[in-house]
Amino acid sequence: MTDTPANSAPVEATAAPTTLAQRIAARLGAQVISADESRGETVVDVLPENWLAVAQALRDEADFHFEQCIDVCGVDYLSYGQAEWDTTDVSWTGFSRGVEGEGPGRFKWSNRPLVGAGHRRFAAVAQLLSIKNNQRVRIRCHAADDALPVVPSLTGIWPGVNWFEREAFDLFGIVFDGHPDLRRILTDYGFVGHPFRKDFPLIGNVEVRYDEALGRVIYEPVTSVEPRVGVPRVVRDDSRYDQAQAESAAK
Amino acid sequence: MQEIKNYTINFGPQHPAAHGVLRLVLELDGEVIQRADPHVGLLHRGTEKLAESKPFNQSIGYMDRLDYVSMMCNEHAYVRAIEKLLGVEAPVRAQYIRTMFDEITRILNHLMWIGSNALDLGAMAVFLYAFREREELMDCYEAVSGARMHATYYRPGGVYRDLPDRMPQYKESRWHKGEDLKRRNEWREGSLLDYLDAFTRDFPGKVDEYETLLTDNRIWKQRTVGIGVVPPEQALAWGMTGAMLRGSGVEWDLRKKQPYAMYASMDFDIPVGVKGDCYDRYLVRVEEMRQSNRIIAQCVDWLKKNPGDVILRNFKVSPPRREEMKDDMEALIHHFKLFSEGYSVPAGETYAAVEAPKGEFGCYLISDGANKPFRVKLRAPGFAHLSSMDTIVRGHMLPDVVAMIGTYDLVFGEVDR
Repeated sequence: MTDTPANSAPVEATAAPTTLAQRIAARLGAQVISADESRGETVVDVLPENWLAVAQALRDEADFHFEQCIDVCGVDYLSYGQAEWDTTDVSWTGFSRGVEGEGPGRFKWSNRPLVGAGHRRFAAVAQLLSIKNNQRVRIRCHAADDALPVVPSLTGIWPGVNWFEREAFDLFGIVFDGHPDLRRILTDYGFVGHPFRKDFPLIGNVEVRYDEALGRVIYEPVTSVEPRVGVPRVVRDDSRYDQAQAESAAK
Repeated sequence: MQEIKNYTINFGPQHPAAHGVLRLVLELDGEVIQRADPHVGLLHRGTEKLAESKPFNQSIGYMDRLDYVSMMCNEHAYVRAIEKLLGVEAPVRAQYIRTMFDEITRILNHLMWIGSNALDLGAMAVFLYAFREREELMDCYEAVSGARMHATYYRPGGVYRDLPDRMPQYKESRWHKGEDLKRRNEWREGSLLDYLDAFTRDFPGKVDEYETLLTDNRIWKQRTVGIGVVPPEQALAWGMTGAMLRGSGVEWDLRKKQPYAMYASMDFDIPVGVKGDCYDRYLVRVEEMRQSNRIIAQCVDWLKKNPGDVILRNFKVSPPRREEMKDDMEALIHHFKLFSEGYSVPAGETYAAVEAPKGEFGCYLISDGANKPFRVKLRAPGFAHLSSMDTIVRGHMLPDVVAMIGTYDLVFGEVDR
């Protein structure tokens, strides 16, 4: 928590390979795309074809010994960094109050943002914990294909990831190759779609109610709620946080 | 001869021992479990997706509603993740308050657990005893935040406000009068800290009472000793944390090993089990209550002596005081911007974990530089625990499933999110 926030870029290696990131890079070399450290956390990016080999090495080798996989989660990088308000040249033009973004919560299924031929939109991220060495690492794997994102399953290495991968499949549609039981887990029986994808509407597609005439619960297209977002999404990358920090440090 | 086949039953979702909304599909051979398939998600609210559509601070309240018996611990993981990305740190007094309320929360959770678990296994009285003390601690929640459960008390940069200098008292009514009223208000003469001081003196005796009811209770032991044994290797492989892991003899507690808030300067012990059965986990949790009580006492002691700020005076992140806001233009602007747009968090990602009463509660936060999170993933301990259900209960009897659900300490608010 003592790191500076502005320094989000990876810390460059200066001394001998002593940090975990450097040791992973040295040991696994070509099998990882990058191994960085930021805010005291180690992040390793891996290609799907090396995913299992890297995980196996991280679990079994004494220097790493990540005997626990704490979490696996899906991430959809669609619309990363997109804001609904212009903040950089407002000095010249003034704020625009009209919001025309396609941010989370603003659209229905019928006018959802169109996904272009994006590149490597989906990622699976695993948090590993070594109890023996008291260290953590985060490994990330971007699926190659956006239309059918496939990532090898870690269930053979840590059986506990079973449900976490089912969850990522359910919510993001990431297919974990080799998973023994890849069913939906959190959404309703018979649910269609993957709700945590950025192009899935926040209000959902269907709603349920009890139908008096039919004597059962029925599913209907959503009509009871409209997409509504209270606060526009604003990306600010200005100096005020540095200034605020300097001020609080001076006190 | 008649052919005997396995049969499949639904355990829950409306079963009192299913702790809410667990639907457990059990395949039975007589009374022996052949296969257990938990169906979860009946309480799925899409908290993580909702958080993506609103400014950071507006989601703190959602955290309370995840594991709704350990509210502030969830908030703690979330605000820690934000603080890590912002690069700010709460003032020391706020860190002590957080430590104290994390431990109050732990006792609240374990009281809920001991009561409901005992109730599941046939002991009615423990529940009544546990809720007596739970009530006392709920009053602390109410005193600091105004809400008895969903406090929304922690904020990035500190806590919402300082501890109150007086506790609300019972007024005379048809139900509370005379000696009874005096007894009820006895602790409430002074501040919240005086109240907690009295509580920490009183509480170890109360834990003894629960232990009298259970620890040597023959029926309790018959239902828990040797039931649901989790070997340490299995506990590690299934991603178990918290009392589930410590019950199996693995000495691992984030408060000791990766300390946050003020845990590094607290004096407390980590209880571990030996056999890894339901009884060991019971003993671990009971001892954790005693240790939490010790930590609360240390925090109360420090907080009484050291007044100070409880939230950062960094108005880009935390609001100025209300009086300042009424008085000063600059403060008004800060207030307006914070409560309308919120603060933008520098782009990056982080994982912040706390030792919640049930295990490791983590928050993986990705920010793209906006005033709303790009992705929040909440790692709930109960989710990992429940996923091991099939492996653990295979070969056990049907009533042992109830003991196992109890010992997992499941709350579906966090499992289903």
